Amino acid sequence: MTPLVHFFPNMYRDSVALMQLSTKIAQLPGIEAASAQMATDANIDLMVEAGLIDQRPAARPNDMLLVVRGEEASLQTALDFAEAALSEKAKGGDGTVQKVPPRAIVMALEDEAKGANLALISTPGAFAAAEAMKALKLGLDVMIFSDNVPVDEEIAIKRYGHARNLLVMGPDCGTAIINGVPLAFANVVRKGGIGVVGASGTGLQQVTCLIHQAGEGVTQAIGTGGHDLSEAVGGLTMLTALKQLGGDPETRVIVLISKPPAKAVADKVLAAARATGKPVVVCFLGAALADVESRGFDCALTLEEAARRAVEALKSGKATFRSDHGASAELQGRAKRLAASLGLGRKYLRGLYSGGTFCYEALILLQDVLPALQSNTPTKQTARMPDLWRSSGHTIMDLGDDDFTRGRPHPMIDPALRLERISQESADAETAIILLDVVLGYGAHENPASVLAPAIEKARAAAGGKGAPVFVAQICGTDADPQHMDRQAEILRAAGVDVSFSNAEAVALVRAVLENIKG
Amino acid sequence: MADLISQDLNVINIGLASFGDVIREKGAKATDLQWQPPAGGNPKDAWNLALLTGDPRIAEANKVAYGRFLAAQPVLVGVKTAREALPDMDGKIILHSGPPVKWENMCGPQQGAVLGAVLFEGWAANLDEASRLVEAGSIRLEPCHHHRAVGPMAGITSPSMPVWIVRDTASGSEAYSNMNEGLGKVLRFGANGPDVIARLKWMAERMGPTLAVIVEEMGGLDLKPIMAQALHMGDEVHNRNAAASSLLFRKLTTTALASKRLDAKAVAETLTFVAGNDHFFLNLSMAACKAMLDAAHGVPCSTLVTAMARNGVEFGIKISGLDRWFTAEAPFIEGLFFPGYGQADAARDLGDSAITETAGVGGFAMAAAPAIVQFVGGTPRDALANTLRMLHITLGQNAAFTLPALDFTGSPAGIDARLVADTGIQPVINTGIAHRQAGIGQVGAGLTYAPLACFTQAVSALAASMTFDI
Repeated sequence: MTPLVHFFPNMYRDSVALMQLSTKIAQLPGIEAASAQMATDANIDLMVEAGLIDQRPAARPNDMLLVVRGEEASLQTALDFAEAALSEKAKGGDGTVQKVPPRAIVMALEDEAKGANLALISTPGAFAAAEAMKALKLGLDVMIFSDNVPVDEEIAIKRYGHARNLLVMGPDCGTAIINGVPLAFANVVRKGGIGVVGASGTGLQQVTCLIHQAGEGVTQAIGTGGHDLSEAVGGLTMLTALKQLGGDPETRVIVLISKPPAKAVADKVLAAARATGKPVVVCFLGAALADVESRGFDCALTLEEAARRAVEALKSGKATFRSDHGASAELQGRAKRLAASLGLGRKYLRGLYSGGTFCYEALILLQDVLPALQSNTPTKQTARMPDLWRSSGHTIMDLGDDDFTRGRPHPMIDPALRLERISQESADAETAIILLDVVLGYGAHENPASVLAPAIEKARAAAGGKGAPVFVAQICGTDADPQHMDRQAEILRAAGVDVSFSNAEAVALVRAVLENIKG
Repeated sequence: MADLISQDLNVINIGLASFGDVIREKGAKATDLQWQPPAGGNPKDAWNLALLTGDPRIAEANKVAYGRFLAAQPVLVGVKTAREALPDMDGKIILHSGPPVKWENMCGPQQGAVLGAVLFEGWAANLDEASRLVEAGSIRLEPCHHHRAVGPMAGITSPSMPVWIVRDTASGSEAYSNMNEGLGKVLRFGANGPDVIARLKWMAERMGPTLAVIVEEMGGLDLKPIMAQALHMGDEVHNRNAAASSLLFRKLTTTALASKRLDAKAVAETLTFVAGNDHFFLNLSMAACKAMLDAAHGVPCSTLVTAMARNGVEFGIKISGLDRWFTAEAPFIEGLFFPGYGQADAARDLGDSAITETAGVGGFAMAAAPAIVQFVGGTPRDALANTLRMLHITLGQNAAFTLPALDFTGSPAGIDARLVADTGIQPVINTGIAHRQAGIGQVGAGLTYAPLACFTQAVSALAASMTFDI
C-alpha cells in the first residue's frame, strides 16, 4: 500500500494547527494514519520512525508535507479535505467572549450583583445554611426558602445574623414582603402602615391578604421560618425583625404571628415587642386569651382577628374585631342551605388543606366542638389519623406536610394529590363537607380554581349529584394577585362551591353546617 | 449593619429562577446565580467553605501573601549541580515531580526516569541493578518541591545534574530547576537508554559548566521581563516557550561570545543545543514561578495556592496557610496526539510545570498563546475565554505579565482555593501528554483542569485549623 505524500509549497502552519489537521484526516473513513507537518529534517525523521513513510523525501522546510496511509480510494478524499481545510478563511468572530454567569455569591458581588443586600436561597437543604452563612459573612441579609436544614446549622446562622442585625428569614420561610417586593410565595399587597412578622408562611399570607382586603396595607411582612420560636433557636430572627420594625418610621402597628412559644422564648419576644413602643397585636395561635392579655398585649385568636385588629388599631387605636361569624344570620343562612342539600348519612368533615397554618387554625377552632377530630398533623387535643391514605370520622389534613410532599410537589403548586383526594373523599358516603383552602399569589398555581372546579363537579356527579357532599373553600389572596381573587371566586362559585375570604369564616361555616346536620 | 427594611432590595437569587423573575417584575434588582452545589457537592466541605468566606483574617493573610508574590523578583543567578545548590541533597537521593509517591506506586515514566538517574549517577551498572537498589530502599525518593525545586514531567533531579539557580531578590530565597533535555527520548519522559544517559552526562560535564560561566559573566538575568516579553510574542511560558527560549538564546549568545574564559567548542555545542530546543526556557520559567510562589508561602490563614504539581498518579496542591499537600487522582489530559498514538497510550497528568499556572501564566495566560487552544479544537476566542474565566478564581491580575488580548491588563494570578471550591471553576492547565510507559516520550499535548477535590480538602483543613465566632 503506497502512502499519499503531498507537499504544499510555501505553506506555513503552526505545529498545533497541523496536529489538529492530522487528527481530522486520520478520522476520515478508510484512512489508517495521517500526518501533516512542516517538511523539516526532524519532522521527516518522526514520520519515518512512526512508519508512515518508507522512503525519505528531501527536506523542504518552507513547505508543508502531508502523508496519508489508507485505502487507495480514500486518499484523494483526504487530500481534498486537507486542501479545503488549509484554504479556510478566519471565521471572523466579533471578538466578544461570553461572560461566565455568576456561580457563587462572592462572584456575583464582584460584578452583576454589586451592592446586593439580600440572598434568597432555595437550594437543597443540605447546602442552604452554607449559602446563608456565606451571604451573612459578606454582609447580606438572607431569606431561606429551603427546608431540611440541620438544626445546628440553623442556630449557627441565626446567631451570626442576630449579632450583626442581619435578618435570617428561614430556614423553611415560604413568604416575605420586603419594601413592597414579594419574595417566594407571597401575595400582592398594598403598602400601608402595618408591619407583620411571623413564624408561619400561610399565616403571614392570610394576615397580609386580609389587611389588604380591609383597605389597609403593610410595610413589611417578615417570615422567620417555622423553627425560629423553638427553645433551641430562641426567636433570634423574630427579635431582629421586631427591632427593625420598631425603628421603621413607616410601621405604626405590628402584628406578631406564631404558635404559642415556650415561656422563655415568649418572654424574650414579648419584651422585644414591648420595646418597639408601638401597638403590637399578638397572634399566638392556640394560646388562651388571658395568657396574652395578662402580659399587656392585644390578643388575636385567629389570623383574621390579627389582621382586622391591626387595621382597627391603625385607624382608631381601638381593636374590637372578633371572628364570631357564627353569630351572623347571613352565615347561618348559608349553613342551612348547605346542610339541607346533603343526602342522608353524610355527617363528617374532611378538610383538605394545602397551607399548614390553615390546617392548624382549623384544628384549634374545631377541636373543642368536634370530638374524635383527626389529622395527619394533630394538635395535643386531636388524634393522629391511623391511615394517611384513608380518612374516617372528622378529619382535617395538611396535604402540604412532609407526609404527602416527600418526592412530589407541594399542593399549592401541583394540585394532583388534592384532586385525587377530593374524588376519594366525596366517594365516601359519610362525607358531608369537603373544606379547601385556595392560596393565591406568586409561587402558587397560576389558576387553581380552574383545576379544582372541574374536579369538584366530577366528584359531585360521581357521588350521585343531588345529596352529594358540599364544598367549602376559603381563598387566601388579593384582587391584585396574578390569579385575581374575584375571578377565582367566580369560577369556584360556578362549580357550586361556597366561598369565604378568610379561614376563620370558612371554619365557622363548617361548624354551623355540622350543627345543622345534628339538629 | 443597616436595617434591610430601610434599603432598596438588591437580591442574589440562589435556587429557583422563578423567584428572581417575580422580584424583577416588581421592579427590584435580582441576580440569579447559576448555582451548583459548592465544594464538589459535599455538604460538610460546603459548610467549611462558608466559615472561611468573608473572613477578615483570611483577607489580610491573602493580601500579605499576594503582595509578596507580586513583589518577588526572580533573577537567574547561577548554575551549579543539584548537590551543591539544593538543600539536603547529600547521599543517594533522587527528586521527582508532584506530591510524595512511593516507588511501587510511581507511574511508568517516573519509574523509568528514576532508574535512568541511578545509571547517570553511576550508582548501578545496569537497569536490573538499579531496580534492585531502588526496591531495596537504598535511594531516597522525594518531591522536588521539598527541596525548593521544580522539574517538568517526571521531574527527576539527581545530585550530579546541573540546575538553574533563581534567586528572588525581594525575599532573598532561592528556587531551582533541572535543565531541559529537548524532545524525543529524554529522561523526563522516562527514557533511560545509553543515548539518554550520554546526553545527561554531556549536560552535566559540558553544558552546565559552560552555562555557569555565562550566567556568572552576565551578572544575573531578570526573568520576569523575559517572560513578560514572551507573553507578547505568542508564548504562555508553559507549553509554548519558543519566544522566551529565543530571547534567552540572545542573552546567552552575546555573553558567551564575549567571554574570555570559555572554550569555543563548548560554547558552540551548548548554544547549538539551546537553539535546537523550543522548550529550553520552560525550566527557567518554572523556577521563576516557584520563586514567586515560595515568597508567598507560609502566611498563616492564607488560602492562596502556592503549588500545583502532579506525579502521574496524584495531583497535589499547597496553600500558603498550610504546609501540606492536598491530593486527588491526577486527571487525564484532553488534547491532540502525535501520529500513531491515542488516549490509550496517555499517562495521567504529570510534572511540576503546573507551577506556571499557579503563578498566573501557562493556561491562565492562554489568551497570549491562542495556538494552544487548538489542542482541544478551540478558537482564539476560547483561549481568551479560558483566561477570563480564571479571573473568577484569582486574587488579582499581575501587572508584570500583561496580555494584549486583555487590553494589556495583567494575567489572572493568585488562585484562592476558596473561590475554586465555591465556583467550581477549576484552574486550567496547558500541558504535554507523556506515554504511560517509560521511555516512549511525549505523545501529545492538551488541556486539563486541577481536580476540585484538592481545593475542597484545603478549605476544610484550613477551617479545621481556625476558630470561628459563630
